[in-house]
Amino acid sequence: MATSTKTTTDEFIKGLWKENPVFVQVLGMCPVLAVSNTAINALAMGLATAFVLIMSNIVVSLLRSFIPKEVRIATYILVIATFVTVVDYVIQAISLDLYKALGAFISLIVVNCLILGRAEAFASKNTVVRSTMDGLGMGIGFAFALLCLGAVREILGSGSLFGVELFHDSFQDWVVMVLPSGGFFTLAGWLLLFNWMKQRKAKKEQSAALTLAGEAAQ
Amino acid sequence: MVPADRVRDEEQGGIDVSNAELSAGAPPTSTWHMYRAMVGIGVCCGLLIVSVYQVTLPVIERNKAEALQAAIFDVLPGAVTSTTYRLQEPDGFQVSEGKDAGEQLVYAGYDDEHALVGIAVEAHGMGYQDVIRLIYGYSFENDAIVGIRVLESKETPGLGDRIETDPDFLENFKRLDVSLTDDQTTLANAIVPVKHGEKTHPWQVDGITGATISSKAIANILDQSAEFWVPRMHAKRADFEGQE
Amino acid sequence: MNQEPLWSIFINASLVNNFVLAYFLGICPFLGVSSKLDTAARMGGAVTFVMFVSSICAFGIQLLLVAIDAPYLKLISFIAVIASTVQLVEMFIKKFSPALFRALGIFLPLITTNCAILGLALFQTNKGYGFLQCIVYALGAGAGFTLALVLIAGLREKLELAEVPEVTRGTALALMLAGLLSVSFMGFGGLGG
Repeated sequence: MATSTKTTTDEFIKGLWKENPVFVQVLGMCPVLAVSNTAINALAMGLATAFVLIMSNIVVSLLRSFIPKEVRIATYILVIATFVTVVDYVIQAISLDLYKALGAFISLIVVNCLILGRAEAFASKNTVVRSTMDGLGMGIGFAFALLCLGAVREILGSGSLFGVELFHDSFQDWVVMVLPSGGFFTLAGWLLLFNWMKQRKAKKEQSAALTLAGEAAQ
Repeated sequence: MVPADRVRDEEQGGIDVSNAELSAGAPPTSTWHMYRAMVGIGVCCGLLIVSVYQVTLPVIERNKAEALQAAIFDVLPGAVTSTTYRLQEPDGFQVSEGKDAGEQLVYAGYDDEHALVGIAVEAHGMGYQDVIRLIYGYSFENDAIVGIRVLESKETPGLGDRIETDPDFLENFKRLDVSLTDDQTTLANAIVPVKHGEKTHPWQVDGITGATISSKAIANILDQSAEFWVPRMHAKRADFEGQE
Repeated sequence: MNQEPLWSIFINASLVNNFVLAYFLGICPFLGVSSKLDTAARMGGAVTFVMFVSSICAFGIQLLLVAIDAPYLKLISFIAVIASTVQLVEMFIKKFSPALFRALGIFLPLITTNCAILGLALFQTNKGYGFLQCIVYALGAGAGFTLALVLIAGLREKLELAEVPEVTRGTALALMLAGLLSVSFMGFGGLGG
């Protein structure tokens, strides 16, 4: 790992866009769809998940030489469940309304594949600093993606953003967007956008390579 | 990696099992290592959880009490203080201090001159999607329900959730008649839901067009709960007056 | 104590509040194993079984936690029980049906991180269900999960042969299908009275 050419900033940046956990890796979908009906819920959920992700990354990478590999998954789950319980109580103490809106989905952060995935694939093999950066990047990328979904669903479904009315009364809410099905549709829409951009980029590179090859042939 | 590991082992006392394991060559990991990792981490996690729980518990309890208080004052217009009572059949109502599970609680509201305004009661029942939980205020003076507030519902946004916002629907509960029959044992008229615009009696609930099932559910929840509580509360009204 | 009748619990858990299409639980296997009909059906069966067992365990744990007054251990003990149940099921299947074991592949261990199972354990305690109610709830949720998985797998098998625009291939298409299914499942609303 000392020979890795990546700088720590790279670890941070990759989670935001190139390896965005939601739009690119399609990980941790359940909370993404379930609590993104308003922007504020989405943001709270995103931050809670990011916190657990960062903390578990730090702890796992600190203890990486202490944990025997036979019991690693069990210990990771233990660590993650602890931080989730902590977040659960802290949110309850901060705002009961928010806690009600997020419901059981705070506890379900435990089984978010993203967190266990990062602990196993990254934090268990890298230094604390790198793991923290990775957790930060992935966490913020996750929160950002949730916010994207939440904002779209709230604007179309209730005509507001963060509870502030955006449109004139005559705006007819797209009720379907705040319903469960709206979550599926919105996420599908975002994925389409990402696929399309990826394809366009690939085509550009291909045509550039072709012209290069053509020039070389001449 | 390996030297660091070995140093750490020696630092931590290198108890016989791990030493034997080390001299025999690194892998596979000894049972002692696994125990140490699992138990060590388990203890740390347990400590963290318990301390966070201890710190946040009073705040959470206060938040919950405040939310309940706000709901009580909301459904009993004019109330400024409240006391919790528990039903102790057949004797009547007693002031409740603790909160044991399974107790049937009601909340009496008093105005600024310590006169009884009414009783707030929690009720729940099946709605369109899931259970609806609500709290309503009963006033002895009016023999009527004088306010309701939905505490928890997963009704369809934009349709069923209008039970919380529709002004015409909420108008029903400013004075919903729950007077008793002459022998004081049951409601004179059951609370019944009717179609929107067809309300003719004070015990009818004017429904919401497009949210028929949700508005019916509210009427049924209220009817069942009032049928149970109103005769009991009426008979033991003095229990609530005694305080303050 | 919750007085909900058993039939209503079953209908609500399987259709009205379908775990996948209304609560968004278990989306990962839903998207991962739903491209083939028979794998989907097997996965549904495995999940239903794990749900059934862990629901009973969760009921016992909840009783214990209430008895020793330690609500803060709920999450940790639930996840531990689910993880061990999955391990047991895995060993069991490996021994008695190697073919099934190969077919399920990595998805069996993944059931541990299937939120539908933890969600079930958490919901049943939140709702205060009794023992029989818990069992019915687990079976209903499992049936609903299997139904959603099989339906989407059937649709995706058909679409394999269809000409779809290239950008919509894969997850995006599955999500759109799920959205449509979710809309149609809304039609079940109110069934559970």
